Amino acid sequence: MLGQISITMQELNLPTLIPMLIAVCGGLLILIIDLIKNDLHKSFYVMMMILILFVDFGSVLSLVVNDRGFFDLILVDGIAIVTQLLILVTSMLFIPLALTSKRFHEFSYPEFFALFLFMIAGFQFMVTSDNLILIFVGLETASLSLYTLIAMHNRSNSYEAAVKYFTMGAVAAGFFAMGSALIYATTGSIELYAIKDVIGDRLNEPGLSAVIIAGGVLLLISFAFKISLFPFHTWVPDVYEGAPAPLAGYMSIVPKIATFVVALRIFGTYIDLGIEPIRVIILVLAVLTMTLANIMALVQEDVKRMLAYSSIAHAGFVMSALALGTTKGDVSIFVYYTLFMFTNLGAFTMLWISRHKKRRYSLRFDHPYEKFAGLIKVIPMGAVVMALFMLSLAGVPPFSVFWGKLYIMSAAVDKGYIWLAVIMGLNSAIAAYYYLKLIVYMFLKEPNKDMNTVYYNISKPLMVIIGIAVIVTVTSVFFFQQLLSYITYMIDYSVL
Amino acid sequence: MDNILSVLIFFPAIAGLLGFVIDKNSIRAYGISVAAVEFALSLFLWATFDGTSAAMQFVELIPIVPDFGISYYVAVDGISLFLVIMATLMTLIGIISMSVKNEIKNMVITLLFLEMTMVGVFVSLDVIVFYLFWELSLVPMLYIIGAWGGPLRVYAAIKFFLYTFTGSLIMLVGILFLAFTYYDIVGVWSFALTDWYQLKMGVNVQLWLFAAFFIGFAIKVPMFPFHTWLPYAHGQAPTIGSVILAAVLLKMGTYGFVRFSLPLFPDASVIMIVPIAVIAIIMIIYTAMVAYAQEDIKQVIAYSSVSHMGIIMLGAFAMNTQGISGSIFQMLAHGIVSGAMFMLVGMIYDRRHTKLMSEFGGLALVMPRYAMIFGIMLMASVGLPLTIGFVGEFLVLIGFYKVSPILTILAGASIIVGAVYMLSLFKKTFFGEVTNEENKKLLDIDARETFSLVPLVLIVVWLGVYPTPILKPIDVSVSSMLELMEAKAVKPKTKELIASMRSEDKEEN
Repeated sequence: MLGQISITMQELNLPTLIPMLIAVCGGLLILIIDLIKNDLHKSFYVMMMILILFVDFGSVLSLVVNDRGFFDLILVDGIAIVTQLLILVTSMLFIPLALTSKRFHEFSYPEFFALFLFMIAGFQFMVTSDNLILIFVGLETASLSLYTLIAMHNRSNSYEAAVKYFTMGAVAAGFFAMGSALIYATTGSIELYAIKDVIGDRLNEPGLSAVIIAGGVLLLISFAFKISLFPFHTWVPDVYEGAPAPLAGYMSIVPKIATFVVALRIFGTYIDLGIEPIRVIILVLAVLTMTLANIMALVQEDVKRMLAYSSIAHAGFVMSALALGTTKGDVSIFVYYTLFMFTNLGAFTMLWISRHKKRRYSLRFDHPYEKFAGLIKVIPMGAVVMALFMLSLAGVPPFSVFWGKLYIMSAAVDKGYIWLAVIMGLNSAIAAYYYLKLIVYMFLKEPNKDMNTVYYNISKPLMVIIGIAVIVTVTSVFFFQQLLSYITYMIDYSVL
Repeated sequence: MDNILSVLIFFPAIAGLLGFVIDKNSIRAYGISVAAVEFALSLFLWATFDGTSAAMQFVELIPIVPDFGISYYVAVDGISLFLVIMATLMTLIGIISMSVKNEIKNMVITLLFLEMTMVGVFVSLDVIVFYLFWELSLVPMLYIIGAWGGPLRVYAAIKFFLYTFTGSLIMLVGILFLAFTYYDIVGVWSFALTDWYQLKMGVNVQLWLFAAFFIGFAIKVPMFPFHTWLPYAHGQAPTIGSVILAAVLLKMGTYGFVRFSLPLFPDASVIMIVPIAVIAIIMIIYTAMVAYAQEDIKQVIAYSSVSHMGIIMLGAFAMNTQGISGSIFQMLAHGIVSGAMFMLVGMIYDRRHTKLMSEFGGLALVMPRYAMIFGIMLMASVGLPLTIGFVGEFLVLIGFYKVSPILTILAGASIIVGAVYMLSLFKKTFFGEVTNEENKKLLDIDARETFSLVPLVLIVVWLGVYPTPILKPIDVSVSSMLELMEAKAVKPKTKELIASMRSEDKEEN
């Protein structure tokens, strides 16, 4: 018989759970409101969402750094706080994009918003834990919600995207489970800090290191699906194409950064312990990812697919920082994604603006390059803004992504990986071509005669979001210092 | 005005932003006024500049990212001062002479932004800020070539952008490595050039870093064999684009060599004297021959630009005051002369919509004033004594003679080749009978065109006869730079070479 289990509230330390509870309760609140009154306009839900996310944001800020709670399942370290803040800010920027001037039906369902909050709760669990099971549960909660959100965009290729994403996600989940199982079999623990100790002790035992590395590789494959590393990236363009543009932009940031955090916790351990094969595999995957995705992006005819490949390439960039295993490298991951987030979300929002509800520009694509021909003569401000985003993504200073790139390359150089920095530089040059291609279409070509095919979905909320993205992209030089010192401070306070 | 450099950088940018609200019929006047004020400000900078001091003047230092050592750090010395003035002058004259009619508002605004980046490159002493302006200058030029250029404009614009962008990213890796080396030794991050000047590095490290910076700068210059983007860019660019590109943007590369490569890597620079000189002589002779084979007047001048940039490179690596000062003087001379030549070609293109030499002949009879100015500029270009082109070339050759007489003789001989293609261009276009009927009705240059060309003619003659006011401050800064190089060199041979060069300089003075 088990003895009586006594747990005090003190030990449970519920405040560490508050951010997730807010998201979950917020989702339930939205469902309850829908039960009571079912003809509310989407603007009501959007504003409710922003308020809930705002409260969530506040609760994250009030967390105590390096606190544990809930049977030690929850670990609130600096990384967890930074990531949660990033996820919440991205979500707050994403949600108003539902308020387009044309009606897209998925945003009229309150379930959309409830699911969205459950997804955020899932991601929050995922990043605030060092327990493999809780990470897995968070990952699946978030992913299942996300599949549904994609499918709610009622088009045939959205179903295709959702099913494709679901299938890939299921495979990734399988790999995650197998990897965790191997690690549990060798270390007898699912807590990362305990795993680290055991691996450190037993690394040199004959036969064991192969199993440990194999476990790491299986986990790496699982993350490679989620972060979209080569050769597990093939789903990305199709899924982004099928999903509505803002959701695609959202997917290129939030799920990836959440997965990066988990990868950082696990492979940070591996790299700290000097398990070189894992570092080599990560580096090879990262280099292949950025190079091949860039080359694929060159031949795309659709801007959204191009942006999909571009976001794969950016993920490769960031992944290589993870292999460095230095504080500066870890900091650069978050700096990069923070700066990248505004620009990339802005670029996808510009596609959203130009989206027609039913009529597609051509039979195959929603956003082919030709659609944007001569945009400078049609909507000059739109063209200038889009060009800014493209230049920023290409890494032209002083726009935001340049600072991220600078910091990652500097981190690589510091660690002695000069060849890596050179490859990053050459890749940026390749990438510049396809970003320029859009600028060339917008500025240097004549507008399409049949203007009815270009449709502008603009509304005030969208303009506000674009405005925020532009301001951050252009003025990033002025707050780079604050961002850098805050993130460095937070990472220094992490368990890694 | 202590912060005049910031005013110089941001005045055109703010004017460019405000330009969006100006009516398109008034935008040309607006552009000219802004550029004139900017030019006046740069003259004021010269007036208040202390030409006898080698120190950095008008220093402004504001930390931007203190944790990472990036700060807004601008200053000017004898090396950069005149490049700034030339940039503002050529922008002003370029806008005055501009014949673009369509989308003129976008053109003027783009030019003003371009002017900001040009001034910024020459006065930044923080390497990241330098890099920022350096990269940013590509964007307006891309737009100018791509929007107003010839039939292959998009191809030419993208080629220009990608070529330079690739080179500068390799340079960025070099910059980051150098910054890390500084951090490794000193313990704090800094991207300030004056801090880096204090850094002593091993020869091996210097060579690698030299190579990284070399790729960035050599593509911009452009040095053989990286010059292939230039004929396209010039061939397709509108007149104003070619003027700015030849006069100012190419100088960023050679300025980079003088400002960064030489003082940061003295040992590597001395080791690289011969390779660079060989490339420079190939540039001078090979592109002169290519220029001779061209049928398009603009292409002749484009290739002659590459040839002249070879002379500048040769001087920069002479490691003595004459050579380097001559090289900087030649940057100014080439800026003014090639800018004027491209304007002249643009004027004839506006009239006839062709630039082929075979279409012309006997123009001296129909357009005497045009022919005279063209002749003066051409003479300056081939380096006739008493023109601006002679001073720089002569100094470069004297300077380099001390390094290697044979290479200098080769380079000197090439000036004759230069004279051949230029004079044959002049002969084919201006002398003889007017064979083509269409040319008989051509009008001579009008008041606006005269007004934009005459100041350049005056400068060509004035600085050809009396270059001292410009050469003196350049000399002062260059000799202090050589002193720094001597102090910094780690190899005894390098120290010896620079020391002997410096003592010879002193004797001559």
